[in-house]
Amino acid sequence: MNREGVTDLYFAEARSKLVDLAAFLDRVERSEGADDFRVKSLRAALKELSSSEPEKAKRILVLLSDPTTEPIAEAGEKSASGAWSGF
Amino acid sequence: MVRLLGTLIPMRYIEPHAHMVSRVTDDYAAMVTAGCRAVCEPSFWAGFDRGSAEGFHDYFCQLTEHEPKRAARFGLPHYAWLCLNPKESENLALAAEVLAIIPEFLDRPNVLGIGEIGLNKNSRNEVAIFEQQVEIAVKHNQMILVHTPHLEDKWKGTRLIVDILKRTPGVNPARVIIDHVEEHTVAEVLDAGFWAGITLYPLSKCTPARAIDMVEVYGTQRLWLNCACDWGHSDPLAVPKTALEMKKRGHSEAAIDQLIYGNPLRFLGQNPKFQVEKSVLD
Repeated sequence: MNREGVTDLYFAEARSKLVDLAAFLDRVERSEGADDFRVKSLRAALKELSSSEPEKAKRILVLLSDPTTEPIAEAGEKSASGAWSGF
Repeated sequence: MVRLLGTLIPMRYIEPHAHMVSRVTDDYAAMVTAGCRAVCEPSFWAGFDRGSAEGFHDYFCQLTEHEPKRAARFGLPHYAWLCLNPKESENLALAAEVLAIIPEFLDRPNVLGIGEIGLNKNSRNEVAIFEQQVEIAVKHNQMILVHTPHLEDKWKGTRLIVDILKRTPGVNPARVIIDHVEEHTVAEVLDAGFWAGITLYPLSKCTPARAIDMVEVYGTQRLWLNCACDWGHSDPLAVPKTALEMKKRGHSEAAIDQLIYGNPLRFLGQNPKFQVEKSVLD
């Protein structure tokens, strides 16, 4: 599929997600308090979007990941937050 | 529709990862209507920690006795993978009791192997229980289905899992699928010789568009798609919906059939218990 075809198929969806993201940040910034590690990670990841480098999805996923290599002492909570708390 | 030996037939697919005990009967009807020819159910966490080995025994009976009957009402073959889910690995005493009863179920006619074992938060106890369950699989010559962690824990957990599997004697990568890969983990899994599963979730794993991106970049040689539907946000029809998305992207019917039917058939068919229609496209 050529670039026009890809754009035809996905532009509206990407635009919608982009506006949702912008609205989320507006909402966060209207609220009281400071950015936690999740919002800080998200803001850092946004810089990747304007990069000319390939594999943007992969680089954003890595940026949001725990970069350590050793198992942790205990699992604690079972759920994940979506960003590494040590960011 | 796909063309099979000169005849047009409705789209067909195998759902290789679905937690049907958490789904309503209407989901079975919808899946079969969409072309599902077999469903495979790995052992899962119930949403709360089970309190005894007897609770797991009952769950394994549900997966190997009751759920196949429920699926059979729709003419759908049901298969299962058995294990202690990584989310329940912190209680080592209970884990030892559960691991001890798993072998007695392995000869049941719908059991395909050990799974979905793996890691959740990448803890020491999770690693220990994962290693023990890999050893059970090797000892009993079972195939392995691996769960990789969610979100921020996936990258680290996948690397830990691949390292453990590579250094465990007797593990044949061709008989292991590492599930829930995303753009940052798929290459490492495939490069090590394992199969890779892409899970289609509304929010937390992969969208149809991203899944097809990975298929286009990495090829279809050792990839499958699954919905992993359970009691959370998930869609039991995610695989056929992704097939439609592939069609919009210009993929051929034969290529779609290969990915959503041929590939799971090729991997799961390594176990002679897995019996579904093996005919191929023109």
